[in-house]
Amino acid sequence: MPVRIQESDFDLTAELATLRGGDPRVGAVAAFVGTVRDVAGAAPLSTLTLEHYPGMTEKSLAAIVDTAKSRWDIFDALVIHRVGALRPTDQIVLVGVTGAHRGEAFAACEFIMDYLKTRAPFWKKETNALGSHWVEARDSDDEAAARWQPAGRRES
Amino acid sequence: MRDNPVDALTLVYLARLSDAFGASTESVRPPVAVTTVAALRDWLAARGGAWAAELAPPRAVRFAVNHELAQADTVVRPGDEVALFPPVTGG
Repeated sequence: MPVRIQESDFDLTAELATLRGGDPRVGAVAAFVGTVRDVAGAAPLSTLTLEHYPGMTEKSLAAIVDTAKSRWDIFDALVIHRVGALRPTDQIVLVGVTGAHRGEAFAACEFIMDYLKTRAPFWKKETNALGSHWVEARDSDDEAAARWQPAGRRES
Repeated sequence: MRDNPVDALTLVYLARLSDAFGASTESVRPPVAVTTVAALRDWLAARGGAWAAELAPPRAVRFAVNHELAQADTVVRPGDEVALFPPVTGG
C-alpha cells in the first residue's frame, strides 16, 4: 500500500528499507519528512491537531502518487501522513521515492509534497494556552503546486 | 453518510466549516435548479448567518463531489456526497 493515514509515528529507516525492497535497480532514494514546528505565536504551541476527510484522503494521495509515477521514471513511492494530536518536533508526513537516478527521484518527491499541500484533504488546528485556531492556507503553497502544471493549464 | 435517501444530497462539513455550522454532516434536498457546485454554494449562503459569512464570495471554500475535488461548474446530483472545506493545510 503506497499510501497510509495513521495516528502512530513512523520509523523513517524502516519505511525506506521496505520501500527499497532489496531491489538492485534502485540507485536513488529521495525522502521528505515534515515535522511540527512552533512558529512562536502569542503562546507556545502545545498541540497540533490534524483532521482529514476519510475516504477522500486515501483516494487523493493515491492519485497524486499515480501521477508522479506516470510523469517521472521512478520505481516506487510511499506517502505516510499522520492525523490526530501531535506535538512540536513530532513527525507529520513522509514522502519516499525510489528510482534509478537522483534527478527523477528528487523531482517526483517534491511534486508529491507540493500536490499534497494543496489537494489532499488535511487541516491543521493549533492549540496553545490561549485557545485553538485553524491554520490558514498559504498562497505560496498554491504557487509551488502550480509550477508543475504545463503553461496554459493552470487550475483555479 | 451512506444510508442517505437517493433523492437527497449528503453534505459534509470539515475543519473550520464544521465548527462554524455546528455540524459535520447534513442531508438536504435543494431546489431542482441547484445542479452545480456554484448553485449549491449560493443556495446555502442564502441561509444567512454563519452560512453567509463562510460561503459568500470572496471567502475561499473548496468543494469535493463524491471524494473528488470539484470546480464551480461541477455537476451535483441527488445521492451525491458533497464536502465543503477551507483550503487544505496538511503536510
